[in-house]
Amino acid sequence: MSDPLHSALAVLPDYLSQHVLLSAAALALGVALSVPLLIAARHSARLRWPVLAVASLIQTVPSIALLALFYPLLLGLSRLTGRLFGVRFQALGFLPSLLALTLYSILPILRNGVTAVLNLDPAILQAAHGVGMTSRQRLLHVELPLAAPMLMAGVRTSAVWVIGTATLATPVGQTSLGNYIFTGLQLANWVWVLFGCGAAVALALVTDQLLALIEFGLARRRPRLAWLGLCLLVAGVAAAAAVPLAAGRRGGFVVGAKNFTEQYILAALISSRLRAEGHPVTERTGLGSTLAFQALAGNELSVYVDYTGTLWHDDLHHRSDPPRATMLSELRTQLRRRYGVVLLGPLGYQNAYVLAMRRPQAAALGIRTIGDLARFAPRLTLGGDLEFFARPVWHDLERRYALHFRALRQYEPAFMYHALLSGAVNVIAAFSSDGRIAEDHLVVLKDPLHVIPPYDAVILLSPHGAHDPALRRALEPLIDHIPISLMRHANFMVDRRHDKRTPRQAARWLAHAAHLR
Amino acid sequence: MIALQGVCKTFDGGASYAVRDVNLEIPAHTFVAVVGDSGSGKTTLLKTINRLIEPEAGEVCIDGEPVRSVPPHELRRRIGYVFQGVGLFPHLSIAENIGITPQLAGWPDDAIRARVEELIDLVCLPRAYLTRMPAELSGGQRQRVGIARALAARPAIVLMDEPFGALDPVTRDGLGGECRRLHEHMQLTTVMVTHDILEAVLLADRIVVMRRGRIVADGEPHELLAGHPDPAVSTLMDMPRRQAARVRSLLEERTAHE
Ligand SMILES: Nc1ncnc2c1ncn2[C@@H]1O[C@H](COP(=O)(O)OP(=O)(O)OP(=O)(O)O)[C@@H](O)[C@H]1O
Ligand SMILES: [Mg+2]
Repeated sequence: MSDPLHSALAVLPDYLSQHVLLSAAALALGVALSVPLLIAARHSARLRWPVLAVASLIQTVPSIALLALFYPLLLGLSRLTGRLFGVRFQALGFLPSLLALTLYSILPILRNGVTAVLNLDPAILQAAHGVGMTSRQRLLHVELPLAAPMLMAGVRTSAVWVIGTATLATPVGQTSLGNYIFTGLQLANWVWVLFGCGAAVALALVTDQLLALIEFGLARRRPRLAWLGLCLLVAGVAAAAAVPLAAGRRGGFVVGAKNFTEQYILAALISSRLRAEGHPVTERTGLGSTLAFQALAGNELSVYVDYTGTLWHDDLHHRSDPPRATMLSELRTQLRRRYGVVLLGPLGYQNAYVLAMRRPQAAALGIRTIGDLARFAPRLTLGGDLEFFARPVWHDLERRYALHFRALRQYEPAFMYHALLSGAVNVIAAFSSDGRIAEDHLVVLKDPLHVIPPYDAVILLSPHGAHDPALRRALEPLIDHIPISLMRHANFMVDRRHDKRTPRQAARWLAHAAHLR
Repeated sequence: MIALQGVCKTFDGGASYAVRDVNLEIPAHTFVAVVGDSGSGKTTLLKTINRLIEPEAGEVCIDGEPVRSVPPHELRRRIGYVFQGVGLFPHLSIAENIGITPQLAGWPDDAIRARVEELIDLVCLPRAYLTRMPAELSGGQRQRVGIARALAARPAIVLMDEPFGALDPVTRDGLGGECRRLHEHMQLTTVMVTHDILEAVLLADRIVVMRRGRIVADGEPHELLAGHPDPAVSTLMDMPRRQAARVRSLLEERTAHE
């Protein structure tokens, strides 16, 4: 147990500082937006109503969806500004997270502020005019000070929400304490999941208490205390800002990974090769599937590994199913032509979707192929990862084999195997390179109609990265050098329930076992 | 001099009038008491003078200048106002409450401090109270602070809306006397709304009686005490005399017994 804890502590400065910077920026922006809104809307019911309604509406959008939606929006915007002014910005990572969290932070501040202002004693407000205040002076000397304690309570609520929700910034490519949670979830590393939760909770509590100190200082007219709270907060943010500076300028190569074990291992392998050549490397792991490709095409990643079938169907949106070699060569030309992305080459194994069952049940029902499965499907439940049922491959399987399952269930990959073993589902859409197929003694069903497209693992380079000979030199030795058996075993080392290894350790083993130069 | 000419105010688009067609001239240095039933329009009338309420019709002039032509905040810094129900700022100390108008008018800090100390002495409160918050004072003490605040910027005119409500009779009498003293001392023009007809008789140079938004009687206390054609007004003005007579007869009974 000390090993995952040790590894978690090692990345804490990076994760924590990025989490703090993101949350602080979002909260500051939220305050900067909501206070003027509050001031404008406080005496006008006509303005107040729509403003509060919109803020509440935003709050009801699930946070992860809000975060995800900003990515395509910003990407489109970035393309537009690129075309119009020749300026493009990063659509992945900090910006979408910041915007989504800012929107989230507005409601508590606004609602508390409006409640506070509406509940001010009208006699006091009139007295303010009576002693000769202008409207502006009344706002500054009477309304805001009297509303301040409630407004601060709103800021505190908002801060706690923002810090909690910032953990969801990981899938859009922003490092945060959520990296512990998402990575831990993928790799069934519960120490990391707990560590991430604990760190986020601790951060929220500390922030809340410092804001409480400011609130107390304001309410009790003890400016020293308010200043102390503010200074501590600012010092915390400054320290967070100093971490990346101390770590040296970022930059260099950005290695991406989607959100499953194999991707973490391959990213670790690629990073270690680049580092060995003396290049600075940043890793962006846990990315959503198509997000990763778009990020690469936008030069926000330098390199990552994807799969031919995924690229063909999901990213290029082809409906056809060419043979394996044709797909590979077509992808090479089309990716380059349409996105400037370079397909460096295949790693040498496939990670295709396969339908798998527990051996005893498959034997009892006499199921060997997906064709056999169709007959029993109405009595069986199928489990898939979060993306499977939205993919063309599933629709094709369903149509060509006339599959009608009793029920379909979605799982995080780590839980899918548990679901199969516990009997919650009878069939799963697994991955052919997954080590758990062997560990759990599963039967992989044959696909006689060849509906499932080839999924060769391929290294992709971004348009900028493609011109970098150093990148090519470091990665070319991987081409055609990773056989399925080794990849499966490396995956197994990380996924197995006992004697678990980290992706980095598995990558080291893989490099050694594959005799990589 | 304060002059009101044909002042009308309605809160319901003309269905009823809180103040109707009021004409009133108050010469400088006069102490006027406004009396009348609850809801008769006393507060509304008072607020038209410093523009806390804008009349629908008519005009208010101070020293010949229409108040409409003065920016409201400047006008109000020149007119002290004591609110019905005090209206101290709960987040400001007593010193800050008293000094608020001079502060808004941009007086230097030490001038404000000196003025605040002068005023707290004037309304007979200990200086130690200056650092307290309004919530830490009794109702009567707060009313004194309200009066001090109204006087802080050396206004020529003071409008007081039931400044002694919710006070015990002894304090009320004492504070009333102090107000009159301040009025003389600072050469003020004072308009005071009150429910207490005896108070009006004892403090004011002139009494204005209101009913349903109109002025129904206007004269020096002794004139009104002598009788008025309006039966309601004469009943009202009779009250202090009847009370005084009763007190006197009680006292005489007592001395006869002894
Ligand atoms: N802001 C307002 N909105 C609507 N009606 C009002 C408002 N202020 C006063 N009124 C009405 O105008 C009339 C006169 O009110 P005003 O406050 O001047 O009475 P008042 O003589 O001061 O009474 P009191 O002795 O109870 O203080 C009342 O009928 C009151 O209901
Ligand atoms: Mg009144």
